[in-house]
Amino acid sequence: MTTRPPKGLGIRGPTPKQTAGTPLSTARKIPVHRGRFGPAEAERLLWRAGFGPRPGEAKKLAKKGLHGAVHSLTHPGRDRLVGPKPVDEDHHPIAPLDAWGHDHLWWLDRMVRSNRPLVERMTLVWHDWFATSNEGVGSQRLMLKQNQLFRSHGLGSFEQLLLSVTKDPAMLLWLNGTENEKDAPNENYGREMMELFTLGASRGYSERDVREQARALTGWRNDWDDDKGPVNFRYDAKRHDPGAKRIFGKRGHFTWRDSCRLAVHHPKHRAFFVEKLWSYFIPTKPPAATDRALQALYVRRGFQVRPVVEAILKHPLLYNGPRMVKPPAVFLAGMLRARKRGIDTEAWTWLSNQAGQQLFYPPNVAGWDDNRWLDTASFLARWDLAGRVVRPYALKTDDKAPLDPDKLLARALDFWGGPRLTPPTHRALKTFAVHAIGDADRKWKKEQYPPLIENALRHLIAVSPDMQTS
Amino acid sequence: MRNCGCNEFSRSSLLRKAVAQAGEGLPAIEPGMPLPAGTGLDRRSFLARSVGLAVAVYGATALSPRALDHGIAQALAAGPPDTVLVSIFLDGGVDSLSVLFPHGDPEYRRLRPKLALPDSGLVFPEDTRLRWHPSAQAFHTLHSEGKLSVLPAIGYTNADQSHFTSRHYWEVGNTDPRLETGWLGRYLDHVGSPDNPLQGVSLDGDLSPSLATARKPVAALSGPSDYSFWSPGVWGKVEERMLDAIGALGSARGHDAALRTAREVTFQSHRLRQQLEPFGGDFTPPVAYPDSDTGFPRQLAGLAAMLGAGLPLHCVALSANGGYDTHSDQAQELADNLELASRSLLAFQRDLEARGLADRVLTLVWSEFGRRAEENGSDGTDHGAAGIGLLMGARVRGTMIGEFPGLKNGLDDDGNLKATVDYRTIYSSVLEQWLQTDAAAVIPKAAAYGRVPLLR
Repeated sequence: MTTRPPKGLGIRGPTPKQTAGTPLSTARKIPVHRGRFGPAEAERLLWRAGFGPRPGEAKKLAKKGLHGAVHSLTHPGRDRLVGPKPVDEDHHPIAPLDAWGHDHLWWLDRMVRSNRPLVERMTLVWHDWFATSNEGVGSQRLMLKQNQLFRSHGLGSFEQLLLSVTKDPAMLLWLNGTENEKDAPNENYGREMMELFTLGASRGYSERDVREQARALTGWRNDWDDDKGPVNFRYDAKRHDPGAKRIFGKRGHFTWRDSCRLAVHHPKHRAFFVEKLWSYFIPTKPPAATDRALQALYVRRGFQVRPVVEAILKHPLLYNGPRMVKPPAVFLAGMLRARKRGIDTEAWTWLSNQAGQQLFYPPNVAGWDDNRWLDTASFLARWDLAGRVVRPYALKTDDKAPLDPDKLLARALDFWGGPRLTPPTHRALKTFAVHAIGDADRKWKKEQYPPLIENALRHLIAVSPDMQTS
Repeated sequence: MRNCGCNEFSRSSLLRKAVAQAGEGLPAIEPGMPLPAGTGLDRRSFLARSVGLAVAVYGATALSPRALDHGIAQALAAGPPDTVLVSIFLDGGVDSLSVLFPHGDPEYRRLRPKLALPDSGLVFPEDTRLRWHPSAQAFHTLHSEGKLSVLPAIGYTNADQSHFTSRHYWEVGNTDPRLETGWLGRYLDHVGSPDNPLQGVSLDGDLSPSLATARKPVAALSGPSDYSFWSPGVWGKVEERMLDAIGALGSARGHDAALRTAREVTFQSHRLRQQLEPFGGDFTPPVAYPDSDTGFPRQLAGLAAMLGAGLPLHCVALSANGGYDTHSDQAQELADNLELASRSLLAFQRDLEARGLADRVLTLVWSEFGRRAEENGSDGTDHGAAGIGLLMGARVRGTMIGEFPGLKNGLDDDGNLKATVDYRTIYSSVLEQWLQTDAAAVIPKAAAYGRVPLLR
């Protein structure tokens, strides 16, 4: 295997020859949010860059100011998990490597308890970006291994990430990397690597490039163990096609490393990267100048992810722009964080599946469709998720609650750590409470209805359009 | 099948049952027997939570259940299609010469010395030789209201007298044993949705071959089930108020796109819950259906309820109660089956009217063939050629299509009724006049069959 870079290819950054794509002037400024950075803005940042605030967390973060807040997310320090450890219904520790659905619980637990929310959120981004499904891999062990890869490389070099993903066992199984050998090339990974991971469909590569990439990527193999399944993933030079290849107009005896580097250094990659990464945080396309400036930053910083994420998280559009629908995993983890509740039921796995996002099971290699999170089916699933979250706390009819709609609504909002609601949602909830109290025309109803109404308000707040979005 | 001496019929039923369970391998089909359309189509079952239905989906294997559920939800949000076609199959070859019998034809009593029916008094005014079967009073009622068009001799030339083959021809819309898609399936392939399996629904539990598609998804389902919202620690009047509040949360307006999407979906979910509430378990149709231990009236009532709930159903296929292959002891069995089938269809029509849906639904009733004009020696009749077809609906012309050819000159060399209208003429006319599609895209050589006006 050669580690020598292909001829004519700059590995360390831009060279004048690479200006076929975007000009790499570094003079451009990326806009930074100059308005207020209070608890409301911090709350949005925590939803977009993590899984929502724990009680009081938004206020605390706001005190750091925008730059301090973003820095604390992108430089979070050592990994710590805060709160009760995950268990199943019988209070046994979860078994993420073996038990069905416990892989989902394991990661959900990290989303809920991690002190590094952006790291977990970036892990979710990469899980969607390099979407690998256990449906095709068939090994929770290998899926979790891949997940750790996303976690450890998530804010580092994209080039290094791509290299690591390319030889990741789950990915090798998922896109037939270990079936790609010199005498029988398999184009699956080479094609998706360009189409979905680095360049975008039909952007700067030909069918010939697909075939040649497949040849460059040959050499990986694994064994099969009747007990353990696929094992012993390794590079075997005998299975590699050492011949000359021509990729993106360059000629060389390319290997799998060259294959990845050629794609990352392709002039079309930087725009693909910036626009795709941006779309995970901000729902509208980046303005052209911002887009260009982010590309320049990305290349200037040697394809590092962290500086680009930092710039996106400080962009005014994150704070002043439109809302985004929360992915189901974010929606659920956010409710549990707000309640400081640990993982204590397997229901989260199947309900998340019904809501459209079972972790480790993206629908296909293109990942989840962020435009399809909400419909009448997934709404019912989100209703059930919220119902399951509030259930252990449900007030009983002999619990005391005030016979006052405003107080009941305030208490229910407090239950969720005081999220901010839009006026129409606030009005609808208030109207419900007023009418429901109006129904209490007997003494026993005046005593029993208020706790019921407070229960209902907690559930309604959680599923309200405001809380489905951030 | 009771009273059925017809081995071929039982065998073909078994074969069909077997092939309907696709994926379990095909039974050996005897030479000359065509494979039913849709044979081998992958069947996948899932709970469509968007509508609270257990759905078995055929075709479109590349789509995940989630994508199909989303397709249903999108179709639901877009509103129901303008028209619905319901295809109802009378299995076994119904004796048209009993359903609408030629009381005034001198040959009738000669050919049917034992089975000829006495004058029922239910005169068919468009051809006064004809009378409705005494158990088909409901058809007489529908016809006199102008809601039933009768095709007294529908079929095709050189009729095949195999249940299996003739039914196949009707299902695929051509006399081609090799066609693998149903005529409604090809229509849906032509104009249908890529991801809404409810566009073509079989209520028989298995795929109806008429609906077999090549590309687009279609479904089999038994009936509506459950789309309900439960909240812990909330009940009674407060719960009612709470469910209404979902609608209020979804009713707000605003400019933010994501918020708008969330509100719209919230409101759609609220509306769907209300629509499906009436048949969460025991739903009560707005009109009375006949009591029966067969599923047929219940299936029709469920269909009307689903249409009433705005579900995006477009083409629906099901089999009527009973078997009509009356080789022996025909009189009682046919009377019983016909009574239930006709009264169920009348109730369905009344139900659609009560729900304000009558203008949107056209029902086609068909059988694979009619029966021999001359009765056999066991108080029954054998396989024939042309038979009876019916078109029911508020918008049908209500007049006869093709004529009754008479028993003297209207029989072929085998003593079977000759067709006066080809079934492909009716399919082509339905496609063009009811479904607003060029029949040439669906029925092979459609131009050759001519058209008849079906609607007012």
